[in-house]
This record gives sequence, structure tokens and C-alpha cells, in this order.
Amino acid sequence: MNKKEQNRNFFLFISPWIIGFLLFTLYPVVSSFYFSLTDYDATRAPNFVGLSNYIYAFQDPVFAISIKATLYYTLLSVPLGLLLSLVFAMLLNANVACKGAFRTFMYLPSMISGVSLSLLWSWIFNPQFGIANYLLSLMHVQGPLWLMDENWAVPSLIIMSLWTTGEGMVIFLAALQGIPKSLIEASVLDGANWHHRLWNVTMPMISPIFLFQLIIGLINSFQVFTQAFVMTKGGPHYATTFYVYNIYQNAFMNFKMGYASALSWMLLIAVMLVTWFIFKFTNRFVYYQGGENN
Amino acid sequence: MKEGYVRYGNKTTTRVMSIVTFLILVCLSCIMLLPIFVMLTTALKPAAEIFRFPPTFIPNQFVFSNFVTVFDKLNYLPYFFNSLFVSSCIVVGTIISSSLVAFGFSRYNARGKNILFMLVMSALMIPYPSVMIPQYVLFNNLRWVNTYLPLIVPTFFGSAYMIFLLRQFFSSISNELFEAARIDGCNEFKIFWRIALPLSKTALATVAIFSFMWSWDDLLSPVIYLSSMDKYTLPILLSGLTSKFRLPPWNTMMVAALYSATPCILLFIFCQRYFVEGIVTTGIKE
Repeated sequence: MNKKEQNRNFFLFISPWIIGFLLFTLYPVVSSFYFSLTDYDATRAPNFVGLSNYIYAFQDPVFAISIKATLYYTLLSVPLGLLLSLVFAMLLNANVACKGAFRTFMYLPSMISGVSLSLLWSWIFNPQFGIANYLLSLMHVQGPLWLMDENWAVPSLIIMSLWTTGEGMVIFLAALQGIPKSLIEASVLDGANWHHRLWNVTMPMISPIFLFQLIIGLINSFQVFTQAFVMTKGGPHYATTFYVYNIYQNAFMNFKMGYASALSWMLLIAVMLVTWFIFKFTNRFVYYQGGENN
Repeated sequence: MKEGYVRYGNKTTTRVMSIVTFLILVCLSCIMLLPIFVMLTTALKPAAEIFRFPPTFIPNQFVFSNFVTVFDKLNYLPYFFNSLFVSSCIVVGTIISSSLVAFGFSRYNARGKNILFMLVMSALMIPYPSVMIPQYVLFNNLRWVNTYLPLIVPTFFGSAYMIFLLRQFFSSISNELFEAARIDGCNEFKIFWRIALPLSKTALATVAIFSFMWSWDDLLSPVIYLSSMDKYTLPILLSGLTSKFRLPPWNTMMVAALYSATPCILLFIFCQRYFVEGIVTTGIKE
């Protein structure tokens, strides 16, 4: 095939994506910036209002609360989830019987997701009849009101998130099994004990996967919505009004589309900044096999 | 010590360690499975037994009829079929479009290819909430609100995750096969359709399973676009249950939640291989 044919075929095959990208990604991103500078309310034509939506955001107490709630949730659920899935994967990677069964058991809770999972945990956290407070009562602890308590609502959702570590575990397990046996054997022969092996062989070898998991985890966690929508309706007293829930409320309940666009633009910027920052900052800790870090 | 065999410590320590690990894993499995156990037993309890303290782990009375009455009480089936319809369309759209695009990226050289692929990957990072408002305005202008089109049509233009996954797979197919077909006079689309796709059944199954599961669980976009009850998908129905009743019938709700998780659990049981493969190649969770 000559160059011209290659070019033509390439663009023919990827044309669906190009159209989709222009229509459903690029155009929305650009026009969302335009909407964020207007007072658009889904019925009347938008009026240009400059930066006032952005200025309003910083005076809006719910905006501050939503950032705080989202960060609180993210900063605990993501690192804890990563840590647990790594520990689970290491346990399963050890020489132990019934590996397959254990892997299935740990992964199974991840199969129940979205709204079903939220319903299940609403029931578990039921202050009067739920299993959570029953188990605590066995240990003579008076359980909290969980989702109905301002201070406990976000921690409840963090606890719930830990039951979906199965997926991360499967990924880490594959990464661990991908470490060449020879590396581990060599380190053992050199007299490395288990924590030497962990920090000098295992961690560097799985660091790219770890980094990727961290970024995906953060991006997903910034967008936490379902739990707030199903379990708490953003309450009690705004405690679980997460960032995206706040966008949803403003855009589709209050029809403040202009303001919601400003919020969604700031989310986009935040996601890009965090991703860039993590790449930049972790570069020297991440080991890419067969390549210079750049 | 025999060559090629390394012992990590002496024999007794190894054995003790593996027993300890085993016990830890047993405990962890019990903890992880507890919510599912609660779900199952609650689903089987009679109404009176749900609101009893202390709760019973094993129901005193098994009410299997809960699994039938849910269809009456929540009018469950129409929503199930709505969801099934939407998800099936999304699977078809994702498979067709993503495989075409992935084939393009894996088989041809063109100027700007690398930059375009970087764009595909960067689209992975763009949060849906950042584009949902203009998308809504767009579909509203097309008069597509309160139809399934806004949920389905975008998937016919490729999904970044799936493009990535399939590109990896197509790139691993040996080029000689394609060259041979070309010499035999196959055109490029035929090569894609007759050779690349049949060779990629595993990867396509993975794409199908994952796009099904993601769309099956999706709440935000159906909530935005579907306003009349007869069009609701399962997640919308389920999300309204907690506030619908003064005293929520948790047993019925657990049955509903179980049913809605069933397709995914079945897929997991019968297609475990594809699951692990898909998760590992893309490194992606929902």
C-alpha cells in the first residue's frame, strides 16, 4: 500500500471516532466554557455575564462544602482502596491453598455495583435494624446513625467503597504475577529479606500500574454521584453534596445551566491539573521497564 | 540447594506463613462476603422479620415468594426490559464503532496518527459531568430528550477504553495474514470484517461484557434524559425506592437489587476469563 492509500484507509476507519470526538467531546468542552460565561437557564437565550458565575461560585457556601466533601471522600477512599487491593493481591500471590476460590470471593462484591450496591448499604447502615449497628452492639458499642448523621455520612460511604477493592486486586495480582521470577530469586540469593524485596523489587516493578490505578481512582472518585443520589440525597445538611451532585442539582433541578457549566469547567481543570501533577511528581519514583523516564 | 530453586527461608517458617496467610484470607473472604450474605437473607425474610432487633442471620422463615411478588409490587419487569434494550444497543454500538477505529489505529500509518491516539487517550480523562450540559443542550435541540437516543447514539462513535483495548489486540495479529488477504484481492473492509474480527472473538467478548456492565449500572445520564416513568431504566427505578415508601420493604428491595445485579453476576460466572483479561489489559475499573 502506498502512503496515500494508507492515509485514506486510516482516516476512513477512524472517522466514527473523529466525528464523535468533535461532536460529543470537543464541542461540549468548548461550548461549556461559553455557557459558563452566561446566565443560560435552558429556556431563554443565554446572556453574556462575564466571570460572574465563577465569582459567585467562590461566594456560594454549597460550592465550598461540595469541594470539602469530595476531597474528604477521595483522600480517604482512594489511598485506602489502593492499599487494601495491593495487600489482598500480595496475600493471593503468596503460596497458599484455594487461591482461585479466594480470588472469586474477594472479587464477588465488586459485581454488585451502582444503585444495587447503594440500596444494599443503605440497609446495612440502617441505624435501627441494619447489620452494622447490630455487629457493633455485640461489642457493646452504641453505633452511630451512619448516613443520617452529618459527621458519619461521608465515612460511611468511604467504608462502603472498601468493599469494591476486588477489581484493583485483580489488576495488582496480574502485575505481581508479571514480575519475572528470576528477579526475585536473584534478590533472595543476594540475601534480601522480605521488606528489601518489597521496596526494591516488587514496588518498582508494579509502580506504573500503581500510578495508573491512582490516577483512575482519583478521577473516578472526583465524580462520585450515585451514592449521594440514592442513599443520602446530598444530606444530611449538605454533608454528602459531592461536587458532581452539586453540578447535577444546579443544572437539572435548578436549571442554572450557566453556573453549572462554570462548575463543570472547574472540575475539568482540576482533573487535568491533578493528573499532570501526579505524572510530574511521581516520575522519579516510577520505573518503566526498557525505557528512560521522560 | 538444587539449581534453579530458591527457598524463601526455612521449611517450618514457610509452612507457618502459608497457614497464617490462609487464615487471614478466610477472615477477609468472610468480611467481603458478609454484605452479599445480608442481601440474600434479607431478600428471603418475611416483612415482619426485617424490622426486628436483633436481626436474624438465617431467616426464621424462608419466603421464597418474595422473588415473585417483586414483579407485582414494583412493576419490575418493564424497567428490566428497558434496561436490557438500552444496554444491548450500547453494546452493539460500542463493538461496531470501537473495532473499526481500533483497526484503523493498529493497521495503518498516517501523518498525525500518534497525536490522534494521544487525543483518544486524553478523552479518557475528561469527566462526563464536564460535557454533559452542552450534550444535553444539543440533544434537547434535536428533540431527543426523553428518548433512548442520547444514551445510545454517542456509543456508535467509539469508546476510548474499548478502542485502546482492541488496538492492543489487533496489533498482536500477524501482518502476514492481512498481506495474504490483500494479495487475494480482499479490500480493506473485507480484511477487517472477514479476518480481523473473527480472530478477535476474545477481545470482542471482553468489550461486550464491559460495555454491557457499565451501561447497565449507569445512573447519571438516564436520570438526566429520561423523564417519563415508562421509559425509566432499572437504576432509576431502584434509586427511587428508598424515598417511595414510608416504611421501605427492604426484603422486596433486596430482591430487586439482586435481580438487577444478576446479569452482571451471570456474566462474571460464565465469562470469568474475559473479565480478568479485560481488567488487566486496560487496567480499568468502572
